[in-house]
Amino acid sequence: MPLLDVKNLQTRFYTSEGVVQAVNDVSFQVNDQETVGIVGESGSGKSMTMLSVMRLIPQPPGKITHGEVVFEGQDLLQLSLRDIRKLRGNRISMIFQDPMTSLNPVLTVEKQLTEAIRVHLNLDKAAARDRAIELLEHVGIPAARDRLRNYPHQFSGGMRQRVMIAMGLACNPKLLIADEPTTALDVTIQAQIVELVKRLKAELNMAVIWITHDLSLLASLADRILVMYAGQIVESASLDQLYANPRHPYTLGLLQSIPRLDEAQKAALKPVDGMPPDLTDYPPGCPFAARCPYVIDRCHTEDPTLEAVGDNHAVACWVKPNGAEVLEKARAIAY
Amino acid sequence: MTTIDALPTTQTLLRIQDLKVHFPVMAGLIWQRQMGSVQAVDGLNFEIRQGETLGLVGESGCGKSTTGKAILQLERPTAGQIYFAGTELTQLRGEDLRRQRREMQMIFQDPYASLNPRMTVGSIVGEPLEVHGLATGKAKRDRVAELLHIVGLNPKFITRYPHEFSGGQRQRIVIARALAVNPKFIVADEPIAALDVSIQAQVVNLMQTLQDELGLTYLFIAHDLSVVRHISDRVAVMYLGKIVELADRVALYENALHPYTQALLSAVPIPDPAIEAQRERIILEGDVPSPTNPPQGCRFHTRCPYVMDECRQEPEPEFKDAGNGHHVACHLVH
Repeated sequence: MPLLDVKNLQTRFYTSEGVVQAVNDVSFQVNDQETVGIVGESGSGKSMTMLSVMRLIPQPPGKITHGEVVFEGQDLLQLSLRDIRKLRGNRISMIFQDPMTSLNPVLTVEKQLTEAIRVHLNLDKAAARDRAIELLEHVGIPAARDRLRNYPHQFSGGMRQRVMIAMGLACNPKLLIADEPTTALDVTIQAQIVELVKRLKAELNMAVIWITHDLSLLASLADRILVMYAGQIVESASLDQLYANPRHPYTLGLLQSIPRLDEAQKAALKPVDGMPPDLTDYPPGCPFAARCPYVIDRCHTEDPTLEAVGDNHAVACWVKPNGAEVLEKARAIAY
Repeated sequence: MTTIDALPTTQTLLRIQDLKVHFPVMAGLIWQRQMGSVQAVDGLNFEIRQGETLGLVGESGCGKSTTGKAILQLERPTAGQIYFAGTELTQLRGEDLRRQRREMQMIFQDPYASLNPRMTVGSIVGEPLEVHGLATGKAKRDRVAELLHIVGLNPKFITRYPHEFSGGQRQRIVIARALAVNPKFIVADEPIAALDVSIQAQVVNLMQTLQDELGLTYLFIAHDLSVVRHISDRVAVMYLGKIVELADRVALYENALHPYTQALLSAVPIPDPAIEAQRERIILEGDVPSPTNPPQGCRFHTRCPYVMDECRQEPEPEFKDAGNGHHVACHLVH
């Protein structure tokens, strides 16, 4: 049984400009101790999907209109608010992009760290404090005992993210959801945080969902990758398959549009033309059709659903171009 | 106006000498005293050649944006000289400086913040033409339409407002505005950092096409080393207000000499799991020290994996040519 089983999840936002179709029939599974990467651009629904899973969608204007989120055998969407609170920060934790806005600036780190520990683990003040020190040491913050008295602004960006991770790990979660945790950080600090999460994941036997817009970052991190576009999962593949043989034109487009550090020579990048669709005015057919170089008539009228194309590899596309061949050809021209 | 008689090489467009930008740190409510200074840029020497793209990379707070602003005199340097096509910019004031600015323009990171939401695209792009007295009336409208066409926007958009455009389109408007006065030199400060991945390539390609067609010279400031590698001819790496390495694009990426550059490059992910599995990352310990009180000796010594006694003492390593114009400031190399 998978740890997390999301089935046909659908989330809408009812705004004055119309109904935003933020998450559209999203289904995926996360297994025990697996790292799943979710990649997509802003507005692709990757954060909204995970916020829906955690039941953190602001209601109104948002509403989860359909679907099931089965975690450890129970449907989170059916739980009472009280029960879901017991789960958040305990069995499932989430860390966010900007640690400066997700930490409270007027409370010490001790106060913020021990809050979750005392609520979920029923520890007294001294025991919670010891646990907090242990956690800070665990995430690599030097002089942890002294740092407890500090306020968030006294930490650097990278250190703040470590504090956030320590908070996320406070109750030994089974699943850690990391929403662009390194986007606001410099590359050298990003590398530190990635190494940290990898180490902690192995030590604590947890599953990780890592949300990012950076396909490169996932190459050293994920076991499996979900590519999202316009609120849908358009491709789901194992790490090797996704980079070597992407079958969705959008994934292929992304891979060809990013410059690589090891690229051979100065050739023009191949951008994905146009821009993502307006989610209040969802196109009939495939949402990528307007930008797709492989488009056929059928794409404009019928929306493809995920279809298996191999072991652990599914794609939502009527054409399913042979990505390996396309990439091979492009490489031959570049060299 | 100061001019120098002979440029060091014929194709040098811009020469920066001992450039320093320090910001005072004040204390006291009424009787303010200077407590120290943030040494944002602390002694830069480099050149930008006619028609090239010089990439400037470094982590946040290293002084790369301040460098860009100081070159355009948007931030007045504390010390040093900047020669642009023979003219010394730091001495210019008033009308002389304004006239000089026609030659040099800037593109900022956030196209949501750098366009006035109450102005139409036509007046945004046309404003520099009016300010510099280049065109009015129909001539101005024609030129604006032409500029929009050049950057790949429909000239019909001229009466629209910025909020009607996406991020990538807004950055095109910003570029059109910069091009309005026919500049020779453009400082692009993180021009694609705020854009979506699939849109970034569109803007990078546009900038390259414009460079080829109009003979532009770029200072391309960015933290993304993959993009800088793609667009630059030469690359300078900054750390705590200093350039630690400057070399030809290929030399820098394939044979980085400074330990900081090596660490920076090793931290950049490559979208290929097979390659990633074999790479060895140099993980730097700790954070960048404060520029109010930079470390003695080599500024990188607090994080350097190869630190020696010599590095912790003054004088700091000299920024010298290690062969073929590959400049580096490190005791290990010299």
